[in-house]
Amino acid sequence: MSFDDHLLTLKYAFPKTLPILAGFAFLGIAYGVYMHSLGFQPIYAILMSILIFAGSMEFVAGSLLLGAFNPLSAFLLTLMINARHLFYGISMLDKFKGSGKKKVYLIYGMCDESFVINNTSRIPTNINKGWFMFYVTLLNQIYWVSGTTIGSLFGSMITFNTDGLEFVMTALFVVIFLDQWIKERNHISSVIGIAASVLCLMIFGTEHFIIPAMLIILIFLTFIKKFITKNEVISS
Amino acid sequence: MMTITQQIIIIASVVIGTLLTRFLPFMIFKPDKPTPSYIKYLGYVLPPAVFGLLVVYSLKNVSLTSLDGFVPELLAIGLIIVLHYWKRSMLLSIAGGTVFYMFLVQGVF
Repeated sequence: MSFDDHLLTLKYAFPKTLPILAGFAFLGIAYGVYMHSLGFQPIYAILMSILIFAGSMEFVAGSLLLGAFNPLSAFLLTLMINARHLFYGISMLDKFKGSGKKKVYLIYGMCDESFVINNTSRIPTNINKGWFMFYVTLLNQIYWVSGTTIGSLFGSMITFNTDGLEFVMTALFVVIFLDQWIKERNHISSVIGIAASVLCLMIFGTEHFIIPAMLIILIFLTFIKKFITKNEVISS
Repeated sequence: MMTITQQIIIIASVVIGTLLTRFLPFMIFKPDKPTPSYIKYLGYVLPPAVFGLLVVYSLKNVSLTSLDGFVPELLAIGLIIVLHYWKRSMLLSIAGGTVFYMFLVQGVF
């Protein structure tokens, strides 16, 4: 591809990512300030945004670092939180085919937002599909890492009282939960998620409740599979 | 407090777990073969449960033994629900809920 073709592709990709720019600037800055308020140097938030690049998980990772040292639990929790990537991947098997070496980055950078754009955009024939998806993914990661960097550097300059700012993580998860709740035709999965977690929290305590809660959720959802058809629960 | 080495191990566990969820489908599934129905099913039903788990996880230190241990959380989540049903704006709901919570824990409780 020539330089002009790259420019054309980038010009086509950029407007599609503008809504993400707004969201990632806000959440990225919030994440940077949040990590600073937990007492971490800027490098933590910046590195995690580059290496993990999955917003929800990055918030949780900050809180995991403050708890007891339990890498297995951290690993399993990551698999569960990011399990949705498996399904993004399955949907993109075809679309990423034939994109060459870029494919590695397309998969590495496949966050919720890039998935939605790459999965739904109709790309004109004069635009290279592989490079379009590459630029969408790259732009989104640049927005996120920039937001995080600004937030974590700016965090040390903030002079107002940041007590309570850690609630931004709760707010984020409540909002995503509500979005799912609004879209669902039934609330079995949402309810079991809350109920199993509260039950395990009461039985096992704050440091040990995650793994049993995940097990109960998986077992329960597997058990009720025959009563639910895929059309009854809609989620993104 | 964890040592630097322990922190690196935790972050590495999260990075490896995330990479696995992204790369695994491309290693085990072929585009022309149908996806197993159990996997598809989990794709539909798992996310709501996981975010339920995360809501509880983010509230795990809430204490019911005193008013200031849970009322700010309760009120802020109430505001988020109202804001979100009203405007459906992720940014407004998150910012509104967080600022209100900070106001509550700093000025009221």
